[in-house]
Amino acid sequence: MKYVDEYRNSKEAELFANAIRKSTTRPWTLMEICGGQTHSIAKYSLQDLLPETISLLHGPGCPVCVTPINLIDKAVHIAAQPNVIFCSFGDMLRVPGSKENLLTVKSKGGDLRIVYSPLDALKIAQDNPQKEVVFFAIGFETTAPANAMAIYKAKLDDINNISFLVSQVIVPPAIRSILGSSENRVQGFLAAGHVCTVMGYQEYEPISQQYRIPIVVTGFEPLDILQGIYLCVKQLEEGRAEVENQYSRSVRKEGNLSAQKIIQEVFQIVARHWRGIGEIAQSGLGLREAYAQFDAENKFPHEVHSQERSTECISGLVLQGIKKPNECQAFGKSCTPESPLGATMVSTEGACAAYYRYQSV
Amino acid sequence: MRIGQVGFGGISKEINLAYVPEAKVGNYVIVHVGFAISILNEEEAHRVFETLHELNAMDNPDLS
Ligand code: SF4
Repeated sequence: MKYVDEYRNSKEAELFANAIRKSTTRPWTLMEICGGQTHSIAKYSLQDLLPETISLLHGPGCPVCVTPINLIDKAVHIAAQPNVIFCSFGDMLRVPGSKENLLTVKSKGGDLRIVYSPLDALKIAQDNPQKEVVFFAIGFETTAPANAMAIYKAKLDDINNISFLVSQVIVPPAIRSILGSSENRVQGFLAAGHVCTVMGYQEYEPISQQYRIPIVVTGFEPLDILQGIYLCVKQLEEGRAEVENQYSRSVRKEGNLSAQKIIQEVFQIVARHWRGIGEIAQSGLGLREAYAQFDAENKFPHEVHSQERSTECISGLVLQGIKKPNECQAFGKSCTPESPLGATMVSTEGACAAYYRYQSV
Repeated sequence: MRIGQVGFGGISKEINLAYVPEAKVGNYVIVHVGFAISILNEEEAHRVFETLHELNAMDNPDLS
């Protein structure tokens, strides 16, 4: 496919790797934010192309992984209601809840539908006016425009038998939280190209200045990631700390303004709980008062007392880049993608699943 | 809302174009969960390769 294949060329990857090797004089620790990037790094064994002095930590940018267990339990509860059609991205079905996951509800006869876009859920609601349709609106800034538009359309077209279980999170507060932690080892970030396609990268400038840390907005293909690493290392070696844009074929500084407008219309900034990490202030989006009627938590009020089951799972540490998946006792043994103990083993964007799939155990 | 047919290396899908109002037939777009979120800038798309060739030229001055 044009604009995809050429960014996977191994000869050119080798050239970048060479340039990185030449410009590195000291050890550096970088973190890629996005799970899509983690997936590419594992799939193309990019770490092997880098000098040993450069370590890559994998960040929290996996929407399925950070969706809190409390919302999984709520989803399970709602999906089990007799009159409900529960719509979700496929990745969410195997994510462990306190007792059950969504797949269990399906096997017990719940009407669960895997959809590609929130607009599909809207269509299902229009086609089934006698049913209550609920969409599990998870994701980062990349998914927010789609979710916001579906909610906006529901209100505009008076589709009242749909609601949204919202778990929208945003990246910059998570970066601040990582940098503010006493355990932090990250010296440079590869920011997520698609998140910045929507939001732009102005918000990263004060973070880069305050923490004196390079942030390079980076794409997902192997050459993008290698160039992102090269630019990041170059800044570190030259003692600079700036925001740079590697993914300029998609990202403009101000982002996509029409998408931001709809996000603003529908959502407001709220505190969110990140699974394995904890609550981060102002790190998510919640529905504004004007859209409260579409909030599944209002429509299906239900108290859940959620509790993580496995003590072996260290996915919280993996998500913060403190541990690597293969440092987990359960990795590839009691925890596999078929029977995952933690969400990072479920999603293709999760670091544990990426390691399991592409690395020999 | 404007909808467009977008080809993904062989298969074609209906994609919502509400966020790329300036999209024209023949443009490359970045798509996420059914929505185009940007039009690919074809000039910028070559930059990765230009940087590479510059790096390469610095390594092998005779060839440049
Ligand atoms: S390998 Fe499994 S148990 Fe270990 S951290 Fe990853 S998800 Fe948790």
